[in-house]
Amino acid sequence: MTAEISETGIGKPARRKEDFRFITGNGHYTDDINRPHQTHASFLRSPHAHARIRSIDISDAEKAEGVLAVFTGQDIARDELGGLICGWTVTSKDGEPMKVGPHPVLALDTVRYVGDHVAMVVAETREQAEAAAELIDVDYDALPAAVSLASCQNGDAPQVHPEAPRNTCFEWELGNKAETEAAFSKAARIVSLDLENNRLIPNAMEPRAAIGEFDKGTGDYTLWTTSQNPHVARLVLSAFVGVAPEHKLRVIAPDVGGGFGSKIFIYSEETACAWASAKVGRPIKWTGNRSEAFLSDAHGRDHLSKAELALDADGKMLGLRVKTVANLGAYLSTFSAAVPTYLYGTLLSGQYDLPAIHVEVDGVYTHTAPVDAYRGAGRPEATYLIERIAETAAREIGMDPAEFRRKNFVREFPHQTPVIMNYDIGNYEASLDAALEAIDYKGFPARRAEAESRGKLRGIGFSTYIEACGLAPSAAVGSLGAGVGLWESAEVRVNPTGNIDVLTGSHSHGQGHETTFAQLVSSRLGVPLDDVEIVHGDTDKVQFGMGTYGSRSGAVGMSAISRALDKIEAKAKKIAAHLMEAAVEDIVFENGTFTVQGTDKSMAWAELSLAAYTAHGFAGSDLEPGLKEGAFYDPTNFTFPAGCHICEVEIDPDTGVTKIANFVAVDDFGTIINPMIVEGQVHGGIAQGVGQALLEHGVYDPESGQLVTGSYMDYCMPRADDLPSFRLGFTTTECPSNPLGMKGCGEAGAIASPPAIINAVTDALNIREIAMPATPARVWAALQARQPRAAAE
Amino acid sequence: MYQFNYHRPKTLDEAVKALAGADDPKLLAGGQTLIPTLKQRLAMPSDLVDIGSLTDLRYIKAEGDALTIGAGTKHADVAASADVMTHNPALARLADNIGDPAVRHMGTLGGSIANNDPAADYPGACLGLDAKIHTTKRLIEADEFFTGMFETALEDDEIIKEVTFPHPEKAAYMKFANPASRYAMVGVFVSKGPWGIRVAVTGAGQDGVFRASEMEAALEKNWSPDAVANVKISPDGLNTDMHGSAEYRAHLITVMAKRAVEAAG
Ligand SMILES: Cc1cc2nc3c(=O)[nH]c(=O)nc-3n(C[C@H](O)[C@H](O)[C@H](O)COP(=O)(O)OP(=O)(O)OC[C@H]3O[C@@H](n4cnc5c(N)ncnc54)[C@H](O)[C@@H]3O)c2cc1C
Repeated sequence: MTAEISETGIGKPARRKEDFRFITGNGHYTDDINRPHQTHASFLRSPHAHARIRSIDISDAEKAEGVLAVFTGQDIARDELGGLICGWTVTSKDGEPMKVGPHPVLALDTVRYVGDHVAMVVAETREQAEAAAELIDVDYDALPAAVSLASCQNGDAPQVHPEAPRNTCFEWELGNKAETEAAFSKAARIVSLDLENNRLIPNAMEPRAAIGEFDKGTGDYTLWTTSQNPHVARLVLSAFVGVAPEHKLRVIAPDVGGGFGSKIFIYSEETACAWASAKVGRPIKWTGNRSEAFLSDAHGRDHLSKAELALDADGKMLGLRVKTVANLGAYLSTFSAAVPTYLYGTLLSGQYDLPAIHVEVDGVYTHTAPVDAYRGAGRPEATYLIERIAETAAREIGMDPAEFRRKNFVREFPHQTPVIMNYDIGNYEASLDAALEAIDYKGFPARRAEAESRGKLRGIGFSTYIEACGLAPSAAVGSLGAGVGLWESAEVRVNPTGNIDVLTGSHSHGQGHETTFAQLVSSRLGVPLDDVEIVHGDTDKVQFGMGTYGSRSGAVGMSAISRALDKIEAKAKKIAAHLMEAAVEDIVFENGTFTVQGTDKSMAWAELSLAAYTAHGFAGSDLEPGLKEGAFYDPTNFTFPAGCHICEVEIDPDTGVTKIANFVAVDDFGTIINPMIVEGQVHGGIAQGVGQALLEHGVYDPESGQLVTGSYMDYCMPRADDLPSFRLGFTTTECPSNPLGMKGCGEAGAIASPPAIINAVTDALNIREIAMPATPARVWAALQARQPRAAAE
Repeated sequence: MYQFNYHRPKTLDEAVKALAGADDPKLLAGGQTLIPTLKQRLAMPSDLVDIGSLTDLRYIKAEGDALTIGAGTKHADVAASADVMTHNPALARLADNIGDPAVRHMGTLGGSIANNDPAADYPGACLGLDAKIHTTKRLIEADEFFTGMFETALEDDEIIKEVTFPHPEKAAYMKFANPASRYAMVGVFVSKGPWGIRVAVTGAGQDGVFRASEMEAALEKNWSPDAVANVKISPDGLNTDMHGSAEYRAHLITVMAKRAVEAAG
């Protein structure tokens, strides 16, 4: 291997190839793209959480300067377009499929959340479109709204959809109920905890945007959009919404500035831009502003849960019983039904040998923005629940929380949990021990005493988490209700000069695929990193792909590339064998050179690539010219990243301010391609976890349903000075189910960290529970309500 | 943004004329409050009179026993001024803690106090330092200037020219920042000077900045952190929102006042 390549091989911290264009302002985001004769759209949004639309008068808007067209839900209905869909069907415990209220692209007769889409104005400029939208006269009959998650299932609560009585979309369950009841009946101790998992608003740096364009000559549509999965967008827009047939619709997701889940989904705005571009006969651009992002990007989390853990007299876990109400918002978003069910209930066993689990989840509608996957999607909610109750149980039985976990860890693999998942491999004790060492657990009492001498309350909290990613075996998800398979595709195209284009169905929107994917190809083929181009995000270039979410791009996307590389290597060896007149079995491929074993005959990679395309020497063989191979890789199991996060906080009792004094994360992600990028993913994930635990909260006014946190004045995004310097470590068990041994690292930080932080806060305050985010005001209030320490003990 | 006429006067007199000649004009200084308001389509002035680049409003003078600061002076200018640091370091630190660097390099003293956001910092300094606000029409005492949330004694066609801050003997400002906006959730400015003792509280009150007279009385008797530590503030009239109850804000006033007296020495 040349020196250059050995610096960028697998496991090396190669610099991110894509960063040059991003940090020099040369990225190409959707809003950077301008099409000839482009027009601009603005959406009129509902000011009410719930209202009937009596009438919409668009006449003044149509006459306004620069306006080309004004569309309402009636126009879309006249074209017989379908509504937006949820691609996962969850079945209730009584066997009934979930109850789905229609989700029109533009509202028909009812609006169901503040920000719901009422009309679309297309004008020469964005300002003209915005000005004209204000001239639309909507006669609303404002109705009471079901806003509160706690009361939306009450008999007297306002109804979001007539299809779903008591606002209940599904009542789902998982696990072994009878065994769980039996475990509880013989328990020496039952620990219970009521938990809230706070609503979050994703806040990708780049707001959503779209350009729809229609070619009158060919009848082809092109949609540029901020998507994590352009092929899925095309599939939904053609097969379900009916904007255009699949082969007549090209979806391009160019550079995308962060998604965190919120750009998986297919929204009204891009649908309307694509559809209306044919009506107007000119390209239509829409770029959301930050206020629109707050109102109408799908939100995350938002659960209320009751958890109960049964223990025997020695502190061994016997059973877990969970009842959760999960907010779905006003409409089902693209994957929303899967998040609080199959991505949540299946993870409730945590790292523990828990023989009996029973979980019930009610998915409910409220008059709020749709809720769907957000970094971690279901697994943060599960981890929060199991890690909060584990810590609480340890405290209540007077056992050290680390030892309590150790006592209950799964130690033999594969391990079948009572909630579907089959853990393939792991070593939970290794990451726990490494984390205890890194944080100097033994020194904690001294640090606490020292803090006390300064009038500060210091606490420590654990989270030994597991998550399931690498989404996912198609057969498995299909049997659970998914409308799609979750494999990934790759195509490796070797060019005649020896450099390589790799087409992948994974999409990069911050993850660094252009670097890590290239590292794999470069080290496998022995070519420099810069000779590998990663192509993604365009349905005309890449045949099909399932996109990036669920920490799947490494484990699934790169596995597909690896399979395609196997085929490339096999064909290249055949060519080498033919040209060097040797048997294929005698060809050795190493460091970019093909040699005939036991001879001095060799061919360099570039030589062979050229020969593959000139094909001059192929006569008399069955070789086809060219060197291009594709693969579809379908995983055989989920992957199971796991690890241990430990957080130490210090609280100022005078103000309630919590400072993170120490944060250690030790993760097992299996094989690591680029440690620098992985650390960046963990840092970002923990930052979002700190946000959820201490800062961020999407709040609606419980009466009016107005979004209280509609801007950064009230929605608290983490800033650099809210975060400590994280200390990271890695332990490794290689994933047995994919060729690279990778597990996935994109979401672990956000999944693992919130319970570690809240466990530390409750430890510092010596209380059982505090709601997230543990803001200074809440911490102070908890201190006021707390029994004096002496009395509590 | 709605359409408006844009004026860029070269002198203060021209600015006054431009204001007088328009229907429903607004002054534009650093634009840190007004531009977001316009972008959100929450204001529809007929004319914008941009005084942001008027150099004759941007100065800091140390004369006699006071600092006089032009209304167009940026927060960053005040934070970095050697004169302010020498005579009134509490004021420099206050300016240095407003918003972020971009805001501090655009936002102005005049814009801040004219806007009188109940969570803004400068109103605390003006009231806490017995400042004199000079306008194109008159002199207004700080005690008379701030008349309620987003309300001041300014008339529509009146422009703030400069603010005079007499030098304090001792002064400090302690801000408890709102975690989200980083504006003041509670900011307490304490001072001792020719005017006696002042304790001004910003961020907490429903009507904007106010003086905590019980604390002033306690400090008259005994200038020490302990003197204010025992003064409980009533939550009546204080804000309650998702970031904190009136009780919490009342408590924070006491904590911040104590810390301010400590810092003032
Ligand atoms: C992200 C962000 C964070 C911020 N954080 C803080 C903070 O922590 N603390 C804080 O105190 N402030 C904060 N601010 C507000 C900031 O200090 C603004 O600069 C200030 O409120 C307005 O000043 P301006 O010069 O930008 O005024 P503009 O926005 O231009 O004008 C504001 C108002 O004042 C009027 N006006 C301006 N100049 C004059 C004058 N000379 N005479 C009469 N009327 C005038 C205008 O007509 C307008 O009504 C923040 C702002 C932003 C955007």
